[in-house]
Order: sequence, then structure tokens, then C-alpha cells
Amino acid sequence: MAGVGSACLTVALLTALYAAGASVYGVVSGRAQWVTSGRRAIYCVAALCVAAFAILESAFLRSDFSYKLVAEGSSTDTPTFYKVTAVWATQDGSLLLWATLLSLFASAVLFLTRRSLRDIAPWATAVLACVAAFFLFLMVGWENPFDTLAMVPQEGAGLNPLLRHPAMMIHPPMLYTGYVGFSIPFAFAIGALIARRTGADWIRATRRFALIAWTFLGTGILLGALWSYSELGWGGYWAWDPVENASLMPWLVGTAFLHSIMVQEKRGMLKVWNVSLICATFVLALLGTFLVRSGILESIHAFGASTIGVQMLVFIACVVALSAGLILARLPDLRTEARLDSLLSREAFFLLNNLVLVGLCLVVMWGTFFPLISEALTGTEETVGPPWFNRIVTPLALVLVLLSGIGPVLAWRRVTPGRLVRILAVPAGLTLLTLAALLTLTDAAESVTSLVMFSFVAFVLGVVGQEFVRGASARRVMTGESWPQALLRLLGRNRRRYGGYLVHAGIAVLFLGVAASSAFMEQRDVRLSPGETIRIDDYEVTYREATARLGGDGSGTGAPISFGAVMDVRRGDQSFTLHPSRNYYSTGDPSKGAISRFFEGEATSEVDVRWGLRRDFWLAVRPDLISLEEPIARADRQFADSPGQVQAIVIRTLADLYREDPPPAAFRAIVSPLVAWIWIGGAIAVLGALVAAWPSPEARLRRARSLYAARVGRELTRA
Amino acid sequence: MNPARKRKIRLVVALGAALCLAGLLVYTSFSASSEAAQPSELREGQSYDLTGKVVNDSVERRGDELRFEIRDRDGSASVPVVYTGVVPDPFREGREVIVSGELTRGRFVAERDSLVTKCPSKFTEDKQSS
Repeated sequence: MAGVGSACLTVALLTALYAAGASVYGVVSGRAQWVTSGRRAIYCVAALCVAAFAILESAFLRSDFSYKLVAEGSSTDTPTFYKVTAVWATQDGSLLLWATLLSLFASAVLFLTRRSLRDIAPWATAVLACVAAFFLFLMVGWENPFDTLAMVPQEGAGLNPLLRHPAMMIHPPMLYTGYVGFSIPFAFAIGALIARRTGADWIRATRRFALIAWTFLGTGILLGALWSYSELGWGGYWAWDPVENASLMPWLVGTAFLHSIMVQEKRGMLKVWNVSLICATFVLALLGTFLVRSGILESIHAFGASTIGVQMLVFIACVVALSAGLILARLPDLRTEARLDSLLSREAFFLLNNLVLVGLCLVVMWGTFFPLISEALTGTEETVGPPWFNRIVTPLALVLVLLSGIGPVLAWRRVTPGRLVRILAVPAGLTLLTLAALLTLTDAAESVTSLVMFSFVAFVLGVVGQEFVRGASARRVMTGESWPQALLRLLGRNRRRYGGYLVHAGIAVLFLGVAASSAFMEQRDVRLSPGETIRIDDYEVTYREATARLGGDGSGTGAPISFGAVMDVRRGDQSFTLHPSRNYYSTGDPSKGAISRFFEGEATSEVDVRWGLRRDFWLAVRPDLISLEEPIARADRQFADSPGQVQAIVIRTLADLYREDPPPAAFRAIVSPLVAWIWIGGAIAVLGALVAAWPSPEARLRRARSLYAARVGRELTRA
Repeated sequence: MNPARKRKIRLVVALGAALCLAGLLVYTSFSASSEAAQPSELREGQSYDLTGKVVNDSVERRGDELRFEIRDRDGSASVPVVYTGVVPDPFREGREVIVSGELTRGRFVAERDSLVTKCPSKFTEDKQSS
């Protein structure tokens, strides 16, 4: 089957090249059948990629270790759930996922536009085919996921234990869907530039794809943060790590793009800006894919060894050069149709929001690449840490949240100051009330930035709430509907607008969680023996007893050994029990002893969190194996050649030894206020984005009516 | 004021603001950064982000303190490190780590919780060493 998979990739590569050639030839020579053929070739590429992916997935599920990838990334004792995900835990497999998602997205958009955009779509087909061909070329030439081993091993290495977390199953496909999704508007922008059709047609055709890509990328980033918070054992959700930054940058520029295209749709302005933004978004998405694989920046996420860094870099350079050249060549076609009338208008605020978002992206980029920049400038490699990022990003984030409250309620072209005051009076009053309440009732004043952030969040929620209430009460007056009915209908009939409001509210809530948890988090690192108690914040934490489990930690990670603790936590009259633990995986390293190798492999923290709307109580444990060192060393000597069953008994005995007489273990306890609102806010934003992206029945009706009108018109002229 | 002139003034103001912000960015990043160094490049009394590989059989735990040695990637020089705080899960002998701190009397005294580990998957680690 590996041969079939390989052949699928090679044929897909040739088909993609044909698709590019055929659609360009078709549009240049005006032969529509070639364009159609090119489009259908893309469907074939998608089918071939899906087939290849299915073959690889089935090899993982069958644990067929003749595949190099399966032997490296899976094992018979890896739980089925993680066998499925192990496909994209490897470099080659993740490239295949990229190519598969890209070809599927491309097929979808080309199918939807098959009867429209006849000038632009063939060029977009060619661009998408070239991008797909590049990724297929990487796999065929260097990183073939279907490489086989001459010597088939009995057992595979197993999936990296750190990746054994449910969020990790969906995080990479989400990110990739985001990255890949932005290639669609990019391809159509390039097509529009080549065909000199620089109106808003390409935007209308791909706006939804950009929005979906943005949603997936955002969800992917959030899931990554959630994984970091609940799996990595350090208690944070964002570390300004290069790979995290790499996923944030295209998201920021993509956000700017989603706003600025509205200005082009409504007012015919910002054309150069829009095509530049989408090119930048796509390049940043490629850069994100590249950073993970190149090893040029120190990051915990990087795939270890890399062979395709140079190829990626050359491709990125080509994309940058070609799109910049094309934009410059088409500058005369991109002239704006209108001028900014007033600084108090929606387009002016959208422009401002764009500048802040792009500024944020530049800051993140500067900090991420600072080691390279400083080495080039001063000769020494220097790094900026999270404090630098926090200091620079915080004020920009504050401005952004404020703008997200003002922007959407302004009218296009011009707003009079009097009208602005009328619109914003209620939200501003609400903000002041919140501020007063925070100052008198809580100790939020300790952190000025979070105080400001809380007020701005209240402002945004006030604005969004006011818009919903106004819209719904207008409906009620007209139709006499009940409140819930009016609200739902309002959302359903004006999906883009009210979906957008929901996104803004969600992002504001997310920032509420970020501000509160970063400014008011309490953290303690302690060593405790069983029976000892510490206090953190209002919590009383008692180490009741040690645990030692073999053959699974209860959460389905498939860890062979798991040492942990039972912790009683009391806060006032409320009490609960947490079970943090640490999983130990065996290593295949032959230099380790027969027994010690079971403890010397990877180890992962299995954090236990008491989730709450007001605060999370987060607890991780790091057992000290010092008391076991001596017995383990002795067992290494005595049971080196013993059969597996005897070794299992030895390990069971060691586990009993630890449970009965545990040495002091290291704990990290964190009380993090309102952190749950990060995930809630994210979910609201995703929901809002889905509402905005969902095709509305009115639009479908309008399209049907206009088609009907066109037919009537045709028939009338014929008659 | 005519609109063209007004636009020009706006442009100049915006560009000026952008330049100032860019300057601020450059300035703060250079003043907040710390130098990355390998053990052979360390000098007394200066703070660094030390990178290198953890020497085999050097990791030792004394109470809250973790002691280990870091060597250059090519194995030429090594320095003992004293560290307190949370040890990342993937921390192992032979792995590449980054830790910030200062060299005092021949020992690298690390800042609390500053240890970062590169996390290769099981296999890619083998590929690098072979």
C-alpha cells in the first residue's frame, strides 16, 4: 500500500501542474474547455490527496510498522484516539495534511465560483495549483510520508507523550485549516490583479473563506493555549514562543483584512492595502508553517530535524517577490474610488484598527525575529523575553479593544459629534459605573492596566448590548414579537452585522480573562510531605497521600506508570479533592538499566484543575523519585535478564514502595481569577464568526430573484 | 485649508508617529534583551540566556535546587548551573536547554523558573544524534 500512497502523491503533483498549465492556457487563449479541465484537475488532486491521507491513516490504525512514519510516531500500545492524531504529529504527515486541506478548500471554492468570476477564477486556479504542487513536491522530493523500512521493527516508538491531550488532536488541523484557508482569498486577489478586475468581486467571492480561515486559525490558537495551560505543567497559556507568535501574526493581519475589505466593498477605497494585506497574511501563514520546520529559532514546538527549511524559504521569497511585483505593476488599476470624508467615520476607524493590528503584527514579528536581527546588526544573538512583549503589546491591545467598541456603531462617510455622543452615552455611563464599582468593591486598582482593560471591556459589552436591544425593540414595535424571538430573528436576518457584534463581545470577554488572570494570578511552589498543609490565597491545601498507578492514568493517555498525589483543598466551607499526577514513559535507550528505563523516558505532568467561572484552582505535582533510586539501581542489576512478567512485578513493588513511604514532592499551585472567561470569550467569538459566515436566506433569495429577473429580461428581449 | 494640503499634513503626522513608534520599539527591544551565549562565551558578572546541552550524568537534585552542567553544542566547554523553580517536563540529560542567569564565581546561577527545554519528539532526537 505504501507504493500506492507514494504514487498518489506523484500523480497528484503532475495533476496539479497540469491544472495550473491548463487554466492559464485556457484563459489566455480564451478556450473555456481548458479552464474547465484545469478546475476538474484540482478536484482530482483533492481526491488523490484524500486517498493518500486515508492510506496513511489506515497504516497508523493498523500499526503497520513497515511505514517509517508509523514506526516513529506510533506503537501498538498507543490509544486508538492518539493513533489517529499521530499522523499529523510528524513533519511528513503534517505536510500531507496541509496539501489535503488545501486541495479540498480549493475544490470547494472553485466549485462554488464555477459559474461566476470567469476572468479571475482561472488565474486563482493556477495559483492554488502551484501552492498545492509545491507542497506535493516537498513530499515527493524530500519528506515522503510513505517511506518504508527494510527492517520492520516489532514495536514503534510511540506518540510523543506531550502530545497526548485531546486539544492536541484538533489543534494542528485547526491551525492548518486556518493557514490553508487564507490561500483562497490570496489566490483570488492575485487572480483579480492579473485579470485587472480589481473591484470588490473577488472579495465577495472569498470573504466567507477568509472568515472561516480566520475562525479556524483563532480556534487553533486558543486550543493551543488551552493545551499549554492544562498539559505543560507550568500553568500559563501564552509564552510568546516563536511558534505561538508565528500563528498569531497571520491571525492579526487576517483580522485587519476582514475589516478593511468592508471599506472596499462599501466605498471602493483601500484597494492596494487590501491586496497587500491578503498577500501578507498568506506569506505569514507560510512563514508559520516554515518556522516550525526550520529550526532557525529556539522553540519548544519545533520539529526536531528538518530537511526542507531552504525549500520553504525559497518558496516564501518567490511568493513575496511575485506578489509585490504584481501589486506594483497594477498600481494604476488599484486607484481608489473615493476619499476619506471625515476622521469621524466608520472607514477612518477601520483604518485605525487596521494600523493597530498591523502594528501589533510588526511588534510580534520584531520580537520573534529579534535573535536574528540583533545578530545581523550587532554580531551577538540576543533575545527579548515575555516581559518585553507584554509591555509593548498591552497598550496596543487596550486601544484595539476600545476601537472594537466604537468602530461598529459609526456610520459610513461621516458622523456628527452630537450623534456620536448620543450613541455612546449609555455605554460610556456603564463604563464609568463599572469603574466605580471596581474601585470601591474590589482591589482591581492594584493594576492600572487591568483596571483600564476592565472598563473598556464593559464599554464594548455595553455598546454591543445596546445595539442588540435597539435592534430587537425596533423589531418588537414593527412585529410585536417577544424579546427572545426578536433577538433571534434580528441575529438571523442580519448575520454579518450582529455576528460581527458577537465576535467583538467575545474578544472583549477574552481580554477580560487575559487581563484578570495575568494581573491577579497567585502562584506558589512548595515541597510537601503527606499530611502537610499550605495556604495560597484563601485556599488551604493538604497533601493527603501519594498515589502510584500502573497501566493508565485514567485519562486515556496510555501512560504505563503514573505517580501522583491526593490533595484536599478547602476554601471557607467549600472543599474538594484534586488528583494531580505525573506520567512516566519508558525509553528505548539501551544504555539504561532494565528497570530504570521504565522511568527514564519522557515524563509529563497531568495537571488537575478545579475549573470555575470566578477562579481556577490549578495544581501540578512533581514526585521526587529519590527514595526509589537505590532500589531501582539494585533491581537493574538483579532483574536485567528476567522475563517481562517478573519485571512487571518488580515495577509494581517499586510503585507500592513509593505509595507507602513517599518522600516530599514538589507542588505548584495557582489561583487564577477569571481565566475561564478566556475560553468562554473565545467560544462566543467563534459562534459570532459562524453566524456571520453562514449564508443568509435573504441573500439566497436575492440571488434567485436576480437570476430570475435576468431570465425574464433575456426572454423579453428575445420576444 | 484645501483638502489636498490637509491630506498631506495628515500623512506627515501619521508617518512621523509611525517612525517614533518604530524607534521606541527598536530602543526598548535592545535595552530589554539579554545576550544568548554558550558556556564557552560566558564572562563573570554579566547576565545571559545560556544555551547548550545538559551533560550526561550531571543532573543532581538537592532539596529545592537542581544542579546540572551545560556544555557547548560541539562539546568544547561546560559550566555548572544552579537552578531553582519549575523544571519543564521534557528536561533530560543530553537535551538542549535555555536558561537565563548570571555567572558568579565559576557557577552559573539561574533565575527562578527560567529553564526552557527544546522538545524533540522521541524519534527526531535519535535522528539528530546519529
